[in-house]
Amino acid sequence: MDMLATTTVRREPSDVYDFWHDFANLPRFMTHLDSVVETGPNATHWTATAPFGQVVEWDAETTEDVPGSSIAWRSVGESLVPNQGKVWFVPAPGGQGTEVHVVLAYHLPGGAIGKAAAKYFGEEPHQQLDDDLRRFKQVMETGEVVRSDGAPWGKRARHEFPQRAAQPLSADERAEVFAS
Amino acid sequence: MRANCFAGRNSVEVRDVPDPSLLSRRDAIVRVTSTAVCGSDLHLVDGYVPSMQDGDVLGHEFMGEVVEVGSGISGDTLRVGDRVVVPFPIACGSCNACAAEMYSCCENSNPNAAIAEKMFGHPVAGIFGYSHLTGGYAGGQAEYVRVPFADVGPLKIESDLTDEQVLFLSDILPTGWMGAEMCDIRSSDVVAVWGAGPVGQFAMDSARVLGAHEVIAIDREPYRLEMAAAAGHTTINFDDTDVRTRLLELTGGRGPDKCIDAVGLEATHGSASLQTYDRVKQAVRSETDRPHALRQAILSCRSGGTVSVIGVYGGFIDKFPAGAWMNRSLTLRTGQAHVHRYLEPLLRRIEAGELDPTRVITHRLSLEEAPHAFDIFKNKQENCEKVVLTP
Ligand SMILES: NC(=O)c1ccc[n+]([C@@H]2O[C@H](COP(=O)([O-])OP(=O)(O)OC[C@H]3O[C@@H](n4cnc5c(N)ncnc54)[C@H](O)[C@@H]3O)[C@@H](O)[C@H]2O)c1
Ligand SMILES: [Zn+2]
Ligand SMILES: [Zn+2]
Repeated sequence: MDMLATTTVRREPSDVYDFWHDFANLPRFMTHLDSVVETGPNATHWTATAPFGQVVEWDAETTEDVPGSSIAWRSVGESLVPNQGKVWFVPAPGGQGTEVHVVLAYHLPGGAIGKAAAKYFGEEPHQQLDDDLRRFKQVMETGEVVRSDGAPWGKRARHEFPQRAAQPLSADERAEVFAS
Repeated sequence: MRANCFAGRNSVEVRDVPDPSLLSRRDAIVRVTSTAVCGSDLHLVDGYVPSMQDGDVLGHEFMGEVVEVGSGISGDTLRVGDRVVVPFPIACGSCNACAAEMYSCCENSNPNAAIAEKMFGHPVAGIFGYSHLTGGYAGGQAEYVRVPFADVGPLKIESDLTDEQVLFLSDILPTGWMGAEMCDIRSSDVVAVWGAGPVGQFAMDSARVLGAHEVIAIDREPYRLEMAAAAGHTTINFDDTDVRTRLLELTGGRGPDKCIDAVGLEATHGSASLQTYDRVKQAVRSETDRPHALRQAILSCRSGGTVSVIGVYGGFIDKFPAGAWMNRSLTLRTGQAHVHRYLEPLLRRIEAGELDPTRVITHRLSLEEAPHAFDIFKNKQENCEKVVLTP
């Protein structure tokens, strides 16, 4: 599965590159990622939440790194969901900031696990990548992922309708939203 | 706290809901001292804007006192105790739309942007109390409101102007002003305004302040037309007068140079057949909006003129007079008001006495009476023009 998504962020290409280059930042806006840890030069360890509370982990290597311009990575070794990605940053015309282009490719396993994974990653994986990038833009431009009363979950956004009613959260709901 | 909630189509209810709390670093909590009911609320409650849910707190026109601020708000922008008017669109202040002062198109303030994008092609800003399509934010017909990006929106009121003098900076005064501003008014211009509701009244006053030669108000409610006449505007009642003919008479056959639609998607029509056509289509949802005023504005406008649309549309319309628009070189301009742009300049005009926003207020009620307020405002009872509610 191959996906391309783009957005424009009103920041300098070098800022946007720096933020993404610190892979530990990715879980701040990517729904399924729990953590990305640097394990060596050009080496990272990724952890994502999978269906039924399972955790999926894999190692990745950085295959391209052009400061201020582009970064590419791919999973290495045994991985349930082999994947690779590339992001590149292009100055937007007229000082409007930076165009961010992302390509993600992943291979879902066969069988029951594959089906569950596909379901988990969404009926519309492309929509998820779009949403991840939208949150990336929010973090870069405003400092955090936007929340409303109807959609208070931040990066754990759930788009199903009906949502919560647009009225303030109870103490219990608040605790749930800010847990983890 | 108590809050006026959507309770299903054609129904609102004042209910107990939790008090708001800070959800983001740049939030503030405002204790509401005055709030109002708007024509836009009617569109929501009448069921013409999709994605309303039972229990949604309504209201996007409010002001009050800051009672709490998030850790991301620096003391020189906003402090506890400040008295503020809050713009109805929620804007982040740092995206390209905000940089271009297109605040109601803010690219970051709508957590349901993906849904808005499906509906409108591109997302729109979050709005208080205005459906989940615009974010699912609890609104201001309540005792307290959470205000996101509180370092960007709220206008501090440091003078001793009353709530009633400044409340409408939250929406309808900037909206009416923007409607007139989009007309690029020249001193020879005759400006016709469809709709003598509160928004239309402010569009009329703004057109005059911006130098129009004459301003014409079009509506069917005698008391609303009288209010416009009392403010010095010419009036046409479309119930007993053919609007286009009368406009030609009033302009030496030229037609109004600039036309403002301050009616929106629930327009009614003097012609029964067209009214029936649109009602039926609207009922079966093959047309979502009833655009009589917009059609008439386009057909009436002088060639080369501008039609400025501040009445709200939500979906699709039929029988759009594209031929008139194209062949007669008309300019069509529109938008949800970019309220933030107009706060300071219009506050100064209120202080200078050039604009008197209080002139539209006919009813002052308590928040508990919100259902009654909706009723009389919608059904044009008790000569209701604009209701201010106090919690
Ligand atoms: N663009 C914005 O940012 C913005 C902000 C606030 C309100 N609005 C919109 O402005 C519009 C007016 O708001 P309001 O609070 O004054 O509402 P309102 O309902 O009080 O006023 C509408 C008026 O239009 C009249 N009308 C109906 N059909 C007509 C027709 N065919 N010709 C002439 N007049 C007709 C009605 O009798 C009524 O007096 C609404 O659509 C509202 O949603 C837009
Ligand atoms: Zn309004
Ligand atoms: Zn913005």
